[in-house]
Amino acid sequence: MADNFLQQVMEESGQPVNLCYQCRKCSAGCPMVDEFDFPPNMVMRMIQLGQRDELLKSRAIWMCVSCETCGSRCPNEIRIAPIMDSLRAQCINEGVTPADPVTVALHSSFINSIKTFGRIHEATMLMAYKWKSKNFTSDIDVGLKLFLKGKIPLMPKKSKNMAKIKEIFKEAGK
Amino acid sequence: MGETYSYYPGCTSHSTAVEYIEASLAVIDALGIGLNELPDWCCCGAASAHNLSTSLALGLSAFNLAEAHKVGVDLVIPCAGCYGNLAQADYVMRHDEKERQRFEKELDFKYDGQVKMLSLVDLLAREELRPAIRERVKKPLTGLKVVCYYGCAIVRPAAITGVDDSENPQRIDKMMADLGAEVIDWSCKVDCCGADLGLTDAEKTTKLVNKIVDYAVAAGADCLVTSCALCEANIDIRQQRLPILFFTEMMAEAFQIGNRQRWWKKHFNNPANLF
Repeated sequence: MADNFLQQVMEESGQPVNLCYQCRKCSAGCPMVDEFDFPPNMVMRMIQLGQRDELLKSRAIWMCVSCETCGSRCPNEIRIAPIMDSLRAQCINEGVTPADPVTVALHSSFINSIKTFGRIHEATMLMAYKWKSKNFTSDIDVGLKLFLKGKIPLMPKKSKNMAKIKEIFKEAGK
Repeated sequence: MGETYSYYPGCTSHSTAVEYIEASLAVIDALGIGLNELPDWCCCGAASAHNLSTSLALGLSAFNLAEAHKVGVDLVIPCAGCYGNLAQADYVMRHDEKERQRFEKELDFKYDGQVKMLSLVDLLAREELRPAIRERVKKPLTGLKVVCYYGCAIVRPAAITGVDDSENPQRIDKMMADLGAEVIDWSCKVDCCGADLGLTDAEKTTKLVNKIVDYAVAAGADCLVTSCALCEANIDIRQQRLPILFFTEMMAEAFQIGNRQRWWKKHFNNPANLF
């Protein structure tokens, strides 16, 4: 079981998770580590030990912003960002309740906008996100200011080959 | 110069980074470099696609790689986030034959590895362009103390970005010095601003931004200079102590070109008083 999970993460991320020997350089430089329930070095060890359920339910996988600081300093050249991508996708695909639903609400609103227009239409994307996250009041002032500065256009701009873009989504199962 | 490149605008070109794109296009034109927007392009997926599906992220970036390959010249990508995603997809095409063949078939193109992915720093901070830039300066930025903030996407991973030094990059620093500014060395050049967390958690983003701005203030900076649209938005929105400018806005100011007064008003911390 442990081996299966380790193999799956290594295959999906393309990263040699088995090489991690716990030097903890990743956790020392992680800008988000205060928000993680398991610091990055522990995430690596948990993958090696097959602690799949704990990881898919963890906050750490959603708090990682893929800044790649850890990966760029790892003495074994393990990039943790693609590993987090693999864990996040497993969380969603397995129907596990994500520890941070607000982040998932943002990402799903964002990719829906791409599915519709091929590009991001900020106004409708942000409304969908606010609706999904049930968080209507935060940063309303920022949004209004951006709108007044002409940074949230009303009219969407579309890609030409929408048929191909829809195919890409279908191929990815989204 | 007579060079011509393809150009991938990215979604923020008509929204949150409109001043970056206007300044960049003005500067590129002033240096005699030709840019042609890709005939078709889609969103690179930003942070959201890869958070939910690696395959979707790769597919969206591959769509744009295919368009660039159909034109056949190097692709300039001003947005750091878009650059990171497209460069990552290009790296996969180069190293994973199975994925390359899949996308070549799906997107009906031939990947020959001849079309390079270039960030705007790759394009404008080239050693051979430095004399032309110095020559074009009309009003040197003398006396202006700047710290250069590179962020993540044009820096890491070095194997993909080809950055000069992933802990202490120099290319924007050298350019600001060429424009006459006083460039200050500091500690947060490649720190993360919180990226897409800026949209979901104001408090945590503010914490990260404050640390960066604390260090910039302690170093004695009058402003931060960046090439990333998301860094600019997070740092500009979440603090009121220091203005942050795009490096091409600084170039336009030194060249005395473009609608600069209009760009300054697009910032939350208006930088007009610096000049």
